[in-house]
Amino acid sequence: MNSFTLADCSTVEAALSQLKDGAIVKAGGVDLLDRMKNGTDTPTRLVNIRNISTLRGIHSTPQGLTIGALTTLAEVADDPTIRTQYTLLADACGHAATPHIRNMATLGGNLLQQLQCWYYRSAEFQCLRKGKELCFAFSGLNQYHAIMDYGGCPSVAPSSGAVALLALDASVELTSAAKGKRIVTIRDFYLQPDANPHRFHVMAADELLTAIHIPKPAPGTRSAYQKYGEKESHDWAIADAGILLEMDSNLCRRAVVAMGAASPVVRRSHEAEAALTGKPITHETARAAGQASMTGAMPLSMNAYKVQLFPVAIYRTILLAAGQMDRDPSAAG
Amino acid sequence: MSDHQPSQKELPEAPSTAPTPAGISRRGFLKGAGITAAGTALLEGVQGFSREAVASTPKGVKEFGPEPFPVTLHINGKEHALQIEPRTTLADALRIQLNMTGTKVSCDRGVCSSCTVLLDRMPVNSCMTLAIDAVGHHVTTIEGISTDEQMHPLQAAFVRHDAMQCGFCTPGMVMSCVSLLEKNPHPTEADVRYAVSGNLCRCGTYPKVFAATLDAASQLARKA
Repeated sequence: MNSFTLADCSTVEAALSQLKDGAIVKAGGVDLLDRMKNGTDTPTRLVNIRNISTLRGIHSTPQGLTIGALTTLAEVADDPTIRTQYTLLADACGHAATPHIRNMATLGGNLLQQLQCWYYRSAEFQCLRKGKELCFAFSGLNQYHAIMDYGGCPSVAPSSGAVALLALDASVELTSAAKGKRIVTIRDFYLQPDANPHRFHVMAADELLTAIHIPKPAPGTRSAYQKYGEKESHDWAIADAGILLEMDSNLCRRAVVAMGAASPVVRRSHEAEAALTGKPITHETARAAGQASMTGAMPLSMNAYKVQLFPVAIYRTILLAAGQMDRDPSAAG
Repeated sequence: MSDHQPSQKELPEAPSTAPTPAGISRRGFLKGAGITAAGTALLEGVQGFSREAVASTPKGVKEFGPEPFPVTLHINGKEHALQIEPRTTLADALRIQLNMTGTKVSCDRGVCSSCTVLLDRMPVNSCMTLAIDAVGHHVTTIEGISTDEQMHPLQAAFVRHDAMQCGFCTPGMVMSCVSLLEKNPHPTEADVRYAVSGNLCRCGTYPKVFAATLDAASQLARKA
């Protein structure tokens, strides 16, 4: 790691005053230290927000839930309210990375982690997302890359927390010294690579992600998240499914099918959702939704397997959410 | 703030490997090389940064580095005064500066967890934790769970069950399982699997780790 100064901040106001001259914010530090050790990021100044106690904690509100950005993935995964009422968020945070990392990594940091493409993460490759013209993945090694909606960059959305929060219609709270607070939905937070290859989200350099707001799920909501990987632990998903079902007795009033490892930005499959809406949840409707989720898939040279994996992930996770199937033992732990 | 400096007795070191013809042990040589590299980096740091900005630090902001600065780390029940840079990881502070080489570094990216220590009794990767972030918290390392005379019951169980092959992942495995038994004195095998799901063992000795941990749990339960 290169040498740097560290501004240790005890309040949000203090941290906001430090967001200038290329300083990079550090919370849990897991993703940032990885990038700095790889040599892809070489900041001369870090703003340490890890010790801002007001940014930690999970609070129930009349509208739903507010989670401080510094709340760790382990704290989210273990929270009794989240486990029972926002189940897919507990599932997603409880299966990210390793138990050790979940004790360190924050929910805000999980949402803001950078692409996990091995070309992007290597200091040896100067790719489209780093301001150059060439993507190496299209003609190179792309077995973990996107199968749809990729435009000029097929690196997949790395945050499993974002998959769950998209399904829950959650928003992030962005705070700046100049403009105060603004609320942006997860749907609008991330930018498609073609919109501007060098920007990943709408947060400005003088803004801090301070909280995550989640509306209270409608009565009769059931949800689940599962990810599939090459390893049982450690790894990012090669396929994942965040499912939310609003049930009227045995009929599905509204369905959300969210995916992360299919595309550069977390997405919902409206085709899969249509296959469930107004119908009972059965093996047949769940299978149909899984198949429908691959509408428009255009796999790359090495990842056609994902077109078979995603429908299975979605089918099994729909049944898990509906209480008709146990957690898949072959899903990543 | 105590100014306690650990003596060699309190930080026992494993016997060094065979000395080179020049009488320099492998470990001693590597440590010397590390200090030289750190010294060079420090000089670069001093040249690369201006200190003018420090004068006007606003309220609620404490500025550190890039030069080394003094801190006190609370490790295994003792206070250790040392000099760190902002970029010093907790793993490097322990191993290079405090000579506590029981904590291992393998991947240096938070993937393998051989560097596991407990921060306020919670297992974390010391390679991905800045030492400055450990200030004000309690750090427990593999050196802190036993005494010179007596192994931790979990370590004894690892020996009984031969729960190691090359041994490099073992300190991290033990720390993950110590933390598990503190939180859950009666774990199932699934609980142990979950607790060590961040600990990578290339030798594949997981079944014996599970057996040793379950055995230690039942031994501790009998004592309690």
